[in-house]
Amino acid sequence: MIEGILIGLETALSVKNLLMVMIGCFSGTIIGMLPGLGPMTAIALMIPITYGFEPSTGLILMAGVYYGAVFGGSTSSILINAPGVPGTVATSFDGYPMAQQGKAGKALAIAAYSSFAGGTISAIFLLIAAPSLSKVSLAFRSPDYFGLMILGLTAVAAFSSKGNFLKAMMMVVLGLMLASVGQDSLSDIPRFTFQNMNLADGISFVLVVMATFAMSEALTIIFKGNDPTKAAKQISLSELGSIKLDKEETKKMVTTIPRSSVLGFIIGVLPGAGATIASFLAYGMERNFVKDEEKEKFGKGSVNGLAAPETANNAACSGSFVPLLTLGIPGSGTTAVMLGALLGFGIQPGPRLYQTNPEIFWSVIMSMYIGMVVLLILNLPLIPYIARVLATPRTFLIPLILFFSVTGIYLISFNNFDIYLMIGIAVGATILRLYDFPMPPLILAFVLGGLMEVNLRRSLLISDGSWSFLWDRPLTAVIMLTIIFIVGWQIYKSFFKKN
Amino acid sequence: MKISPSKIISLLFFIFSGFYLYTAYQIRVFAFDENAAFNARTFPIYLGYAGLIFSALYIILPERKPTNVDVSILEYKKTILLVVLMIIYGITILKAGYFLSTSIFLVLSYIVLGERRWIWVFILSFPFVAIFMYLLHGLLNIYLRDPFLKYLGIIG
Repeated sequence: MIEGILIGLETALSVKNLLMVMIGCFSGTIIGMLPGLGPMTAIALMIPITYGFEPSTGLILMAGVYYGAVFGGSTSSILINAPGVPGTVATSFDGYPMAQQGKAGKALAIAAYSSFAGGTISAIFLLIAAPSLSKVSLAFRSPDYFGLMILGLTAVAAFSSKGNFLKAMMMVVLGLMLASVGQDSLSDIPRFTFQNMNLADGISFVLVVMATFAMSEALTIIFKGNDPTKAAKQISLSELGSIKLDKEETKKMVTTIPRSSVLGFIIGVLPGAGATIASFLAYGMERNFVKDEEKEKFGKGSVNGLAAPETANNAACSGSFVPLLTLGIPGSGTTAVMLGALLGFGIQPGPRLYQTNPEIFWSVIMSMYIGMVVLLILNLPLIPYIARVLATPRTFLIPLILFFSVTGIYLISFNNFDIYLMIGIAVGATILRLYDFPMPPLILAFVLGGLMEVNLRRSLLISDGSWSFLWDRPLTAVIMLTIIFIVGWQIYKSFFKKN
Repeated sequence: MKISPSKIISLLFFIFSGFYLYTAYQIRVFAFDENAAFNARTFPIYLGYAGLIFSALYIILPERKPTNVDVSILEYKKTILLVVLMIIYGITILKAGYFLSTSIFLVLSYIVLGERRWIWVFILSFPFVAIFMYLLHGLLNIYLRDPFLKYLGIIG
């Protein structure tokens, strides 16, 4: 492991890669800060640029963007009570009241230190867990992988459905359907191409991600008549107060951070759960842990109330990399986008990545940690300046997002058809978003579609067409039982549970 | 009786799944693969049925949490204009070249969204695109097809 860490450090600390981490963190912070635009959009916008780089450099840039976007989301939560991403909603509970009390600088510092500490602790967990899990996952067979993919899709659908599980499952199926367009991977038989040569290679992952996130988010903002920068115009973004913490505040954070990190990491590893659930659970857990006197301050600017969700959401971000790096199966929409980018580089994450591409495996882990340091020493002091981005009028913001999206797909394909297809999917996604049809399950399904078919094919061929492979092996049977439990619980919740 | 928009979307998805399933059955597979445990049409067929089942369930079962959207406040005009501008952008990007089509798309989009600060409209279009192109084409060596600038002899 020491050798791996050194390889990772050597790659991550090269001048080019350090520069990429900084650019990633900086641009991620700016994009993540804009309400409505989360890490998925930030990463999606970066993918076309990363294709010109080496895989490790491209991934390091995207990891930086990811952390930067989460940090940026916290900033908008604290300053204008408009979380850039769902994972930072809990941050606004105590962060925004602190900002209203004239302690915005302090709130941002608490968020940054907590994120750093949470990210550091979970990066250590990741260092320990990922190689061990990689070895364990070598024992996984095609039926297990097929089961795990269904589990991931079901879990993401369950967590992102907001009580509408069937809507999320429809999005899963739609994502798999989109993934099935193009030549069959084994026989090269064209499917759903309708004699159109542009569809022979299937629909590009970048196209779908850009259309369903960047472009449709921009169109949704216009369609709903929202102005995400309105709140920023009502406050002073240049006078945020001191960022120094006193002893008592530091003491409170010291007790909160370890427990929230552990909770965040564990939640992050679970498929589908992610930063949002981790931050809410950490907030709730912290409220139960503190003394009654501190409990009263929750929702009114509590240090513990701010530190807990911020620690947990960053820890969960690192945790979500565990299934991606060890099994090659993303547990969240954001890591699904990362998987898509990896596949674009010709890299198949999974247990063998640890052995075949150690420099990628370790440099991604190490760059996460370096990203944390960059966020702390570079972005925190610059926040009063970066925060002015929040005041960018939507009249400029939206066309620029649309322009980046079209440019992204133009750089990859150089044909009009892909641009029209992207616009068509974006319009469809905008209407679906309007009626709460979630997009993360669609992206996850689109990324996993090809892998799912390959594993189902192997499983069915091995078992001679019998579906008994789903319960023949104890591991597959446990996975299937978990899926049945999740589906059963969602049905019960949707149709039978009162309130 | 009023049908919720979510149910209408589900009904459309049901029809789409039916069409997908029909097309899946039409996929031509090799003769020796016809009766295999798995061939090119197996997975799409399962997907078609899954789409039909989930959408049918949503249509049939009562909605516990219907999504209410006030359609009267939606900005149709601006959204449609933006989509039309994007389509025109898509048509012109290969013919007129990246620089010209992108700059004009940005100027028109700013105007459609109500921006009237002309200096900023100009800065964030032509010069902005030129700098962006220099970053991509000049520094990152990412190829950008632009017949217009090539004709002027600005890029090779």
